[in-house]
Amino acid sequence: MAERRYTKDHEWIELNGAIGTVGITNHAQEQLGDIVFVELPAGGKKLTKGGEAAVVESVKAASEVFAPVSGEVVESNPEVSKNPALVNQAAEAGGWFFKIKVANPKEVSELMDAATYKKFVETQH
Amino acid sequence: MGDTAVHSLRKTPLHALHVELGARMVPFAGYDMPVQYPAGILTEHNHTRAQAGLFDVSHMGQARLYGVAADKAIETLVPGNIVGLALTRIRYTVFTNDQGGILDDLTIGRAGDHLMIVVNAACKEADYEHMRRGLPKGMRLEVLEDRALLALQGPAAEKVMARFAPDAAKLTFMSFASMKVAGLDCTVARSGYTGEDGFEISVPAKHAEVFARKLLAEPEVKPIGLGARDSLRLEAGLCLYGHDLDTTTTPAEGDLGWTIAKRRREEGGFPGDKIILKQLAEGPPRLRVGIKPDGRAPAREGTVVLDGKGKEIGKITSGGFGPTANGPIAMGYVARGKTSIGTQLGLVVRGSTLQAKVAPLPFVPHRYKKA
Repeated sequence: MAERRYTKDHEWIELNGAIGTVGITNHAQEQLGDIVFVELPAGGKKLTKGGEAAVVESVKAASEVFAPVSGEVVESNPEVSKNPALVNQAAEAGGWFFKIKVANPKEVSELMDAATYKKFVETQH
Repeated sequence: MGDTAVHSLRKTPLHALHVELGARMVPFAGYDMPVQYPAGILTEHNHTRAQAGLFDVSHMGQARLYGVAADKAIETLVPGNIVGLALTRIRYTVFTNDQGGILDDLTIGRAGDHLMIVVNAACKEADYEHMRRGLPKGMRLEVLEDRALLALQGPAAEKVMARFAPDAAKLTFMSFASMKVAGLDCTVARSGYTGEDGFEISVPAKHAEVFARKLLAEPEVKPIGLGARDSLRLEAGLCLYGHDLDTTTTPAEGDLGWTIAKRRREEGGFPGDKIILKQLAEGPPRLRVGIKPDGRAPAREGTVVLDGKGKEIGKITSGGFGPTANGPIAMGYVARGKTSIGTQLGLVVRGSTLQAKVAPLPFVPHRYKKA
């Protein structure tokens, strides 16, 4: 299984060949609370690392999801558009947001690994 | 979240209980308050509509106004008919300023020898000062600092309250009485801000936690945070001061004409009366309306509202997701001529224009226990 990397903005990316699957972390969905709407990027959209990629709305507020790396969106997850609560139920599995054709794989390896992200989350409290 | 700000936040008598229950605490109106418990906002919202929710509203200001003709005196500050308020009855009204703007919304109840006044947490010090300065000599304002305020809301609220205070079940919507509840000296009002039947119970602060635990031990009752309080009141079409109402909105613009009785319209005699009464007679330049986005994306406070031709005609003042309405809902101000139900609107969300319509309020029917 491919290794997952994490951002300080609480996104995860898993690289399979040139395609990265992106979502928000379980910690992020816990912080957001009940998610009621997700706006995902359309296939073909070019994203820049750190730029706005998607929007997730909880009952309380709207939050931006940033592109963990640069690249072109291959597809977005129709299941989370139909059922945004899936992000609460399975943020790091079936609740993924979109797949991206990664421009520079080095941008992925530079992100935090699971252990580093876990420590990062702990320092946030 | 700034640490210094957190340390200076005030705590209600139920603060330790909220923390023990696992609440996520946030600053609100100078208090450290529970925004949600582990169940989450959706579950808390739905539980209140289905059973009974317990809300800590102790941050709100409770005061008693004593004095001869206190009713006539307070009418110089509010447009509501307080002189005509019957014993044990409560009325919703607003403090206005000389420009007709709203300083706060509040409730006034008539007890035997005083008026019971409940105001918003964020405005309470200013409201007390406003009353002390604006009311004639001989009036005495007693601020009840040593009382908590709990709201029990939902269809099972009556059944639960009757176990602790049989007389509470006899109250009708917007009436109140002093009574023993679970052996404690309380003031119980049949009121609330969720659109559901329910009670607001003023209880001595030192007994508040024990009392809250007794209510929470009932099978129908769960603790509910500010998050669900907001989605419940928005579905009920009720205004949140500082958002839907403020010093720039008049009661006429805020669609609160129903709070101003015929006699007050004829006589005036409250701050901003000329401006407000003219707007009520001729129609205000803008009006608070319900707004229903056509799609699933919520439109939040501050969203610009466009008419069908793309011209800016207003702003959303409360907006989010209605769990019972099962979709996005909002309230906001739109220009005169664009206020009728079904009027097509555009909402500017993240650079795109979402379609929406003027919708009737409330989004979810009220279920008050009226006389």
